Amino acid sequence: MSHDSMSAPVFVEPIVGRYMHLSLNGQLHRVYVEEAGAGVPLLCLHTAGADTRQYRALMNDAELLKQFRVIAFDLPWHGKSSPPEGWRNGTYRLSSHDYTQAILAVADALQLDQPIVMGCSIGGRIVLHLALEHPERFGAAIGLQSGAHVEPYYDLEWLHRSDVHGGEIAAGIVSGLIGPLSPAQHKWETLWHYMQSGPGVFKGDLFFYNADGDIRDRVKQIDTTKCPLWLLTGEYDYSCTPEDTAFLGKTIEGVHWQIMQGMGHFPMSEDPEKFLTYLKPVLQAALRARAT
Amino acid sequence: MDALWCEALASKVNADERLVWRGRHASTSFLLQVDRAEYVIQILAGRVAAVKKGPFPIADWVFALRASEAAWAEFLQPIPKPGFHDVMAMLKLKHLKMEGDLYPLMSHLLYFKDVLASVRGEEVTS
Repeated sequence: MSHDSMSAPVFVEPIVGRYMHLSLNGQLHRVYVEEAGAGVPLLCLHTAGADTRQYRALMNDAELLKQFRVIAFDLPWHGKSSPPEGWRNGTYRLSSHDYTQAILAVADALQLDQPIVMGCSIGGRIVLHLALEHPERFGAAIGLQSGAHVEPYYDLEWLHRSDVHGGEIAAGIVSGLIGPLSPAQHKWETLWHYMQSGPGVFKGDLFFYNADGDIRDRVKQIDTTKCPLWLLTGEYDYSCTPEDTAFLGKTIEGVHWQIMQGMGHFPMSEDPEKFLTYLKPVLQAALRARAT
Repeated sequence: MDALWCEALASKVNADERLVWRGRHASTSFLLQVDRAEYVIQILAGRVAAVKKGPFPIADWVFALRASEAAWAEFLQPIPKPGFHDVMAMLKLKHLKMEGDLYPLMSHLLYFKDVLASVRGEEVTS
């Protein structure tokens, strides 16, 4: 080790991670949860085939951490959360039911009182389910890249084949979803997360995104007086398009929505600095709504 | 009308040592269609070995990417409009068609995306 590296100041992030053992669907799961800050709980949900690292910038934003306890967890099978025992004997598929139960179980285990729930992509979809079915549990909901449904536009089998590198194809599929103006450092950090996902996990999440989680027929029933709802969507997202979010904006009474210029499908991870300029006013509005 | 950017692929890709290295397991031929003009790009171990302009009496390609001249022109802008900035975006929004055996493309998707992006900012047509 050189003298320079020994004497360089070390920055230690405020994020602290732990593992929780949760019973989900009758099976024991080891789930990784991390958090930073103190105040109103802000529960963050990562995208398909990714993990909590997408929220690294939010969890390092000093201003945010003064008001919010920012929490994120890796869904089972993702990041540092393990798949359940016997995983190799079955095919992973995320259902609306299992996804909802995992979120509620983490919120219960951490005894979160009226958290603000914020999710991106599949997370942006499930917050619509939560606002509809469990409005009493959440102080407010924020959907990033939220759409009621997405049709698959390529053969999803490409994502899980032993003759195609799973990490390379996952990153290749999503690379264009990142806005072309996003900083290269954050673009490639975001793609690295995709490259590290386990075999078939991204594809299994897309079962929820492309099939089971279709909520087109029910979004009209979301009562934003029970669970206030904000939607933020990147202009360059061709998976959940600005038109998909506009549909929700027109359909759900009382929803607030905005298109984020120049951004793509992973706002909090691909260009956190720019994203925070959109998010912070929404969080303040959500805080006020939660208090009433 | 010639799609100059297709012809520029060889010099752009082959000058990028890292890109060639990333494609070292890719050897294939693919067709780029620009309106009615056809170009077959031959890849050998990540290098562009040949760019041939059609029409071709015999189709000799493994996969094809077909789009209008206007769509490719937008794709080739330094900062393209949303929906034209990526081949998967163009596929989803029906600005582009993919045909043939997609295995070489999908098994080297990041490589092929960067092959096409290598000519961004090049003159589009003559």
